[in-house]
Amino acid sequence: MGVIADNLDLWRDALLGTLILFLAGGALALVLGTIVGAMRVSPVPIARGVGAFYVGTVRNTPLTLVFFAFSFALPPLLGLRLTDGVSLALGVCALGVYTATYVAETIRSGVNTVPVGQAEAARALGLTFGQVMSLVVLPQAFRSVIPPMMSVLIALLKNTTVAAGFSIMNLGSVRSYLSERGENAFVVILWVMAVFVALVLLLSWAQRSLENRWRVAR
Amino acid sequence: MSSVLYDVPGPRAVLRHRVLGVVTVLVVLAIVAFLVWRLAATGQFAAQKWEAFTYTSVWAQVGLAMLRTLAAFAAAAVGALVLGFVLALGRMSAHAWIRWPATVVIEVLRAIPVLVLMFLLYYGLPVVGIRMEPYWAVVIALVAYNGSVLAEVVRAGVESLPRGQSEAGYALGLRKTGVMRLILLPQAVRAMMPVIIAQLVVTLKDTALGYIITYQELLWYAKYLGTQSSIGSPIIPATIVVGAIYIGLCLLLSLVATLVERRLRRSGRVAAVAAAAQPTQEVTDTELLATQRTGSPDR
Amino acid sequence: MRMTRALTGLGLAAAAALALSGCNSGSPTDSGGSGGDASGGAALWEVATDVDLAGSPTYDRMVARDGVVVGVKNDQPGLGYEDAISGERTGFDIDIARWIAASLGFGEDQIEYKTIPSANREQAIVNGDVDYYVGTYSITDARKQQIDFAGPYLITGQGLLVAADDDSINGPDDLAGKIVCSVTGSTPLQRIRDEYSPGDTVEYETYTQCLEQLRAGSVDALTTDQAILAGYVAQEPDAFKIAGDVFSEERYGVGLQKGDTALRDHINALFTDGGDVWTALFEKHLAPSGIEGEQPAVDD
Repeated sequence: MGVIADNLDLWRDALLGTLILFLAGGALALVLGTIVGAMRVSPVPIARGVGAFYVGTVRNTPLTLVFFAFSFALPPLLGLRLTDGVSLALGVCALGVYTATYVAETIRSGVNTVPVGQAEAARALGLTFGQVMSLVVLPQAFRSVIPPMMSVLIALLKNTTVAAGFSIMNLGSVRSYLSERGENAFVVILWVMAVFVALVLLLSWAQRSLENRWRVAR
Repeated sequence: MSSVLYDVPGPRAVLRHRVLGVVTVLVVLAIVAFLVWRLAATGQFAAQKWEAFTYTSVWAQVGLAMLRTLAAFAAAAVGALVLGFVLALGRMSAHAWIRWPATVVIEVLRAIPVLVLMFLLYYGLPVVGIRMEPYWAVVIALVAYNGSVLAEVVRAGVESLPRGQSEAGYALGLRKTGVMRLILLPQAVRAMMPVIIAQLVVTLKDTALGYIITYQELLWYAKYLGTQSSIGSPIIPATIVVGAIYIGLCLLLSLVATLVERRLRRSGRVAAVAAAAQPTQEVTDTELLATQRTGSPDR
Repeated sequence: MRMTRALTGLGLAAAAALALSGCNSGSPTDSGGSGGDASGGAALWEVATDVDLAGSPTYDRMVARDGVVVGVKNDQPGLGYEDAISGERTGFDIDIARWIAASLGFGEDQIEYKTIPSANREQAIVNGDVDYYVGTYSITDARKQQIDFAGPYLITGQGLLVAADDDSINGPDDLAGKIVCSVTGSTPLQRIRDEYSPGDTVEYETYTQCLEQLRAGSVDALTTDQAILAGYVAQEPDAFKIAGDVFSEERYGVGLQKGDTALRDHINALFTDGGDVWTALFEKHLAPSGIEGEQPAVDD
């Protein structure tokens, strides 16, 4: 316990870093992922192709490489000064761009689980596009999308640790700061693991209760 | 052409789609043009930056780094499959004293980020006296995490089988081991094969995490090569080349998954089970499927 | 669909083969003067014959193996550098290692170099993975508990590297609002954070990564031992310069297995008697970057 009590400032900064990466990265991923997901199910063939290319390329690239490209190869290209804020922003972008592919795929499969007959019946009744979406399709799609989306967010939380290799303060990199202060690296890492297990179990529990509430009989 | 979101397009819709198509192309071209301008402005297209890749010894090193990536992947894949089966069998055991520890192990290992596991093995263990090479830290961490995910996948596969299968097995006089070994597992594995291979692709991608603990795989070599000022510090060319190799390897593995899944479709034996498995293009992430199925009450 | 994919694959492979056939098998430094580096040492010393070092387990291992295994660095130009393409080793530390090997009776072709990162140095020596280590190895009491040091053979200290046209930084006190880069977990980084107050700090695994960001202007200064910084300046004198003086003291020694006093005395004698060799090596590798220094006296 001394490890935590003596170094509260470092642990607080690390937790803050992880939370910012998770929340901001998640927000970016949801926005970007919704756009790409919409492109992938849209009737415009070019949009579908661009969306498929983006998803196919980024999904087959390791997250570490995406981070490497954003944190290391991009600053010289754009002439950025690597203040703490800029490093954090680059990390958020990397996580957002990578996770957006999974969000897009989740949305696509969620929309595809709604039977076509639902939409066709709604259109046959004379409902407009907006009404079809808001009254019939999206409520059903929403139920199928939320549990897998929670999985994507849990994966995002775990992926924030990759920022440790790229000069961003988070729970993954707090070990090296604490080693500088002379703390036992083994104990530090065990504490980091405990924090993650707690957070992930919390999110998993939330996901399971949502799943049970919205179970769709198929 | 009719789908959930849109009906067969009429003339106005066709026009609107054409406009949207043009807009999309313009936006994409704008982004690409910006990137190309920045690359040219910082001299990335100069021959000097790509000079490094005209030397055979550099390509030999790239090949060596790729072999190291694949070596870690191969060991991790085999280990994860073995661990996955062992943990799945433990999880499905009728004996509570096996089932509970297996459940705890699976849940804990799935909740820990792979990189933190690697840190524990590479930086944490030396403190208690065990020195580990980066290769083993990478492999063991990957085996632990992917093994627990695969355990859930195998369990989901077994539980998605019709109950009549196991009941028929018991009726024939087989015991639990026999039913599992001869009837349930083969079908479950065949049904979940695309998901298993998708998880192996994730394993391959996660070998890149070894870069952070100085394992000399592809990304590490890209960084090493990209910071040599004697050949013009080709970070961006190195990143592009290594990125292309990674994408190529993963696509290759995914291709295997698609081929395997297509063969399964044709095989009549898994017709009933194939309905449970969604096509590979729909596979979003192994975890998604696994958790979708494990919403069952007896979890 | 599969036919076209297979054909595309074949086409790409053929194109790659054609491209590779136009490859060089040399190295960018081949045509340069660095070919003289390896043989330059031969002019400074000769491989000793009739060497007999009694009571040194390390030396007995070397004789049994008929070769020397030396631990070195590979990313410090001027000190311990390995060309990424040709694999050739150059630098002050490398030449010191060669000099020691020659004094023990081993020629260039009997030396095997092993690149060992800073964090693993003690373990490599204790395990016997290397016979001795020459690579910006600072002598500290903490390390002396696990290994022995011969020397010191160079005295330097922590310094700052900045862009050649940057006049705003002349020392560690000018770092307010500036971004400083160094290697994760290194002493220079710790010292900058604890004793001075820079704007922000950025850390990477290797100094070369910091150098790239400095070159691009993404960070304002690189901090580590000045001897290492000197190598980067010598490589590109128009791009970088050293700012201010050293603000700590680092003494580089040769890492040896603990208790091997015979080898330690032999190396110390070599250093003490070989003043002109030392000066020649210093002139060749470190003086071009503008730092000055004289050979330190070895510890007893």
